[in-house]
Amino acid sequence: MDLIVLRGVSFRYDGAPVLVDINMTIREGDFLAIIGPNGSGKTTLVKVILGLLGPSSGEVEIFGKPRQEFSDWRKIGYVPQKATHIDPFFPASVEEVVGMALVSNRRPRSASGREGRERILRALEEVGMGEYRKWPIGRLSGGQQQRVFIARALVTSPRILFLDEPTTGVDAETQTSFYDMLDLLNRREGLTIVLVTHDIGIVNKHVTSVACLNQKLVYHGSHEDFCRSGVFRDMVGRGDHLISHEH
Amino acid sequence: MHALLAYGFLQRAFLAGVLIAVACAVLGIFLILRKDAMIGHGLSHIAFAGVALGLFLNVLPLAAALAVVIAAAITVMKLKDRAGLHGDTAIGIFSSLGMAVGILLASLAKGFNVELMSYLFGDILAIEPLEVGLTVALAAAVLLTVRLNYAKLLFMTFDRESARAAGIRVGRLDMLLMVLTAVTIVLGMKVAGILLVAALIVIPAAAGLQIARSFRAAVRASTAVAVVSVAAGLGLSLALNVPASAAIVVLCFLAFAVFSLRKKGRGVPLRSK
Repeated sequence: MDLIVLRGVSFRYDGAPVLVDINMTIREGDFLAIIGPNGSGKTTLVKVILGLLGPSSGEVEIFGKPRQEFSDWRKIGYVPQKATHIDPFFPASVEEVVGMALVSNRRPRSASGREGRERILRALEEVGMGEYRKWPIGRLSGGQQQRVFIARALVTSPRILFLDEPTTGVDAETQTSFYDMLDLLNRREGLTIVLVTHDIGIVNKHVTSVACLNQKLVYHGSHEDFCRSGVFRDMVGRGDHLISHEH
Repeated sequence: MHALLAYGFLQRAFLAGVLIAVACAVLGIFLILRKDAMIGHGLSHIAFAGVALGLFLNVLPLAAALAVVIAAAITVMKLKDRAGLHGDTAIGIFSSLGMAVGILLASLAKGFNVELMSYLFGDILAIEPLEVGLTVALAAAVLLTVRLNYAKLLFMTFDRESARAAGIRVGRLDMLLMVLTAVTIVLGMKVAGILLVAALIVIPAAAGLQIARSFRAAVRASTAVAVVSVAAGLGLSLALNVPASAAIVVLCFLAFAVFSLRKKGRGVPLRSK
């Protein structure tokens, strides 16, 4: 099933083109990496899909509906870029952070009910953070916080999960276990995952398809074809996996 | 004290004071974490114009202040969005304008300065039955609205972008929070006065934030500080014949000082690093 369809999507910021004529389909079960250099429009593309930015032209279809008509945002989990750049003094416990995502539906008190508490615990256990549920979020390491934010994105049982540069500032060892966890969610739970990253090293190991963006969609297809393609050779030649992502 | 509470005016003062304290304490947590702590200060100055207008037109000052402060709060929000004003600029403009208009009205209609002073410094012990009714109803409405929107307000305060992506209409919630704050400031001005009401929003919440390990705990601690300070402040006012508003604010600060010293090693650190 096609979960997300983009038709001729363009986005301009102050007149300057950021995205140009993007046509793309994200299918159920995909583990898609959106890659590209800094300023290539990766984050903008995700924000346009999620309705955080309106496209200058083109159409976005979510679960078979035009984006303007789509309202069941529980089906979509989102971990924004710099999610872990939170106010370290914010007094929220881990379970409060995860429970936040339960409020977007029509039952505003569901986070505090029994069902809500069970969902929160289940989501935290899924990412291996069950025992930290009473901890203040600011006391956790970057990698642990990232898992909590994944749990928050998972608590509504979404069908698709968007992650924007999820491992920025996280050490290599934590990154490995983090991507293993995403692998498991994709293969065992059948969760569709869209990962924005500048690090094509990740692409090699985990994803099933790749979208390479540089304002335009330079490449979109299977991971195997991508590895054989000239785009990949160019990127490896430039050492793109070594570029630190600061924006 | 127990015997004193048999007096109707004291019962009214306690009831209104405690309810306002709870509303200020709860809203204060959201406002501080949104880095909007000074909004209370700005809106209270605008309330001065509202009170002066009420006295000038001979309508209930509380009602006039409500209308003026809510209108100003909405205008400030719109200006922030549309005029591209930075940070606190819009509230800075309107709070000064509020004071200026208040002073002009006060000078135009000589003779109401004594009553105006009671609003400037607060006089909860002199609260009228009609004002108590209005205060209780509005404070209860503020608290109920916060309760119904608590989870959304928390999500938006913590992570605005994710809240938007989850389908929460953050612009509407911003507006709601501003209106609730406007109503609470106007009600609080009877307790602490225009000059000190902002303290009821900021200090109990700042105290609660010193020791809390969760948002719920922060709200509870802030509420406890505000309620105890208002109750004890009224008691001190009666016992020592000092102004209740000043006593309440000093007590709030003492709680903040104690919590700041206790926080070491357990709660969140002071944010002034």
